[in-house]
Amino acid sequence: MSLMPILKWLRRNFVVIAGLATLAYLILPNVVVMVFSFNKPNGRFNYSWTRFSTDAWKDPCGVADMCGSLSLSLQIAFWATIGATVLGTMIAFALVRYRFRARGAINSLIFLPMAMPEVVMAASLLTLFLNMGAQLGFWTILIAHIMFCLSFVVTAVKARVMSMDPRLEEAARDLYAGPVQTFLRVTLPIASPGIAAGALLAFALSFDDFIITNFNAGSTVTFPMFVWGSAQRGTPVQINVIGTAMFIVAVVVVTAGQFIANRRKNSAKA
Amino acid sequence: MTDSTAGGDVRLTGISKTYGSFTAVHPLELTVPQGSFFALLGASGCGKTTTLRMIAGLEEPTTGTVFLGDKDVTDLPPYKRPVNTVFQSYALFPHLNVTENIAFGLRRRGIKSVQKQVDDMLELVQLGDFAQRKPHQLSGGQQQRVAVARALINHPQVLLLDEPLGALDLKLRRQMQLELKRIQTEVGITFVHVTHDQEEAMTMADTVAVMSGGRVEQLGAPAELYENPKTTFVANFLGTSNLIEAEVAERSGEDLVVTAGGAKLRLPGGRCSAPTASGGKLLVGVRPEKISLAHRDDEGAIADGRNRVTGRIVDSSFIGVSTQYLVDSPAGSGLSVYEQNIERDTRLVPGAEVVLHWNPAHTFGLDAAQAKDAGVEKVEDAA
Repeated sequence: MSLMPILKWLRRNFVVIAGLATLAYLILPNVVVMVFSFNKPNGRFNYSWTRFSTDAWKDPCGVADMCGSLSLSLQIAFWATIGATVLGTMIAFALVRYRFRARGAINSLIFLPMAMPEVVMAASLLTLFLNMGAQLGFWTILIAHIMFCLSFVVTAVKARVMSMDPRLEEAARDLYAGPVQTFLRVTLPIASPGIAAGALLAFALSFDDFIITNFNAGSTVTFPMFVWGSAQRGTPVQINVIGTAMFIVAVVVVTAGQFIANRRKNSAKA
Repeated sequence: MTDSTAGGDVRLTGISKTYGSFTAVHPLELTVPQGSFFALLGASGCGKTTTLRMIAGLEEPTTGTVFLGDKDVTDLPPYKRPVNTVFQSYALFPHLNVTENIAFGLRRRGIKSVQKQVDDMLELVQLGDFAQRKPHQLSGGQQQRVAVARALINHPQVLLLDEPLGALDLKLRRQMQLELKRIQTEVGITFVHVTHDQEEAMTMADTVAVMSGGRVEQLGAPAELYENPKTTFVANFLGTSNLIEAEVAERSGEDLVVTAGGAKLRLPGGRCSAPTASGGKLLVGVRPEKISLAHRDDEGAIADGRNRVTGRIVDSSFIGVSTQYLVDSPAGSGLSVYEQNIERDTRLVPGAEVVLHWNPAHTFGLDAAQAKDAGVEKVEDAA
């Protein structure tokens, strides 16, 4: 068998092979998480495959304090998303629609939390909270999360608002829609993809965050902090169960979103 | 919204708009009669769109009052005015389908059963099969018709159209001009149409107001504006005019006799908008298609009583229906003449000595104190 046909085949399918390799690179860690959620490890560490078991799936909250920290993280992520999305959307509209003094300065200041090293910001925030005499816990975490999620929401919403034709709102006002109706019926629906993107980013960032949270949590323990803490003493399989469940939820949400968008497109064509 | 037929005119009194130190619209008096098709015509930046937006309520006038019928609507926000707009880029709501776009105004006024009216509108603009489409799935012409339907369904007292055909190609534009005219005749609503296209304004409108530099230069029926322009801007912006600098010699009866480069020209006194004291300067105007061209050898055959100017052809271009000549003469250089291609005189080539002659009744007089080339289309604007 000569080498030439193989080379030819490789050359023809190079893009597909490269694509699949990249995809594997992205997905492999998730696959490992999933596979090891069905492991029954010997000892406390879930690092080597022993045998298949669904024990952890049957009892996801079997580890002390884990589900408490998970619920806390979800709550914080929920409220941080709401706070950052509402504030960020308003900031984005203000920056795009209005000309005011220091607009340029605010435009760049908004990106500061993105640019600042997280550890530095976390330490500084702690200094600030301590000096203010704030009680570390749920509220300090929430305040910190809203702060660093804001820049991402503003960026996502701003892009959308900038591409929006201001005549659409004029048309709405011309067609008997008052200011509130115009906002609810025209502005918001058109800006909503940007707002949704910002909100999803905010949720993911907040749920995930470890460094800033760890500095400013006091004795409160969020899910990432719990995982970090338990990794020193042993990793329960339930962590993989939660991780897998989150992954599946995310995939289902994205797929459903795309399915609905496609169906809308098709029904409009018919 | 019942049509209050009595006195449904749009009246603008002393209306103006300034942005900082820039005056977009100078104080302006304008009355648009109920049921008419009214065009605001002018080059970009002449204040026509600002005027329209002040009627719509999208722009707040700096001074003056907007009346709809007898009602002062100056301080009403746009959503409380019985006026609807067709925007330049149509501004269709991208997230709503054609039906919902058209029903938008009715729904905002709390009308629940809209289907019948939407269907009627779709039929009026001939888009029945597209009710469920989204705007981005329609062609430019179809979007334009949706925009018209979305405005008309509200039975506004006045429909405002802001360069509604600007984005369409030439052929479609002609078609939509006739379509809009048909719709206007059918529904009988007052249309105020803003455009920079003089042909469009003349084809569609009953009355045209020519605007320039934030002022109305002249207002009238298209034929009246074309035949009897009162300013050089109107003379040049609507079609082409030959403007010849002349001096008033005498008055003979109804006519005015002027001299220009040695030639004596006559024009009806009533068609002169300039002071007519003897020795005064004025600009004598005549449209290129009113002029006949004769070779100098045939001068004797020209009937008495016609205005004549001698000259030499410098350029000629064959257009098909007509031939356009450029003639230099002592009275003025670069005079345009459009000759119908009926019997072509082969001697009329560049370099030939010719006589331009026309009926004095087609001559008009303008004040010489204004810029002679005001309103002449710049090369880069020419279509």
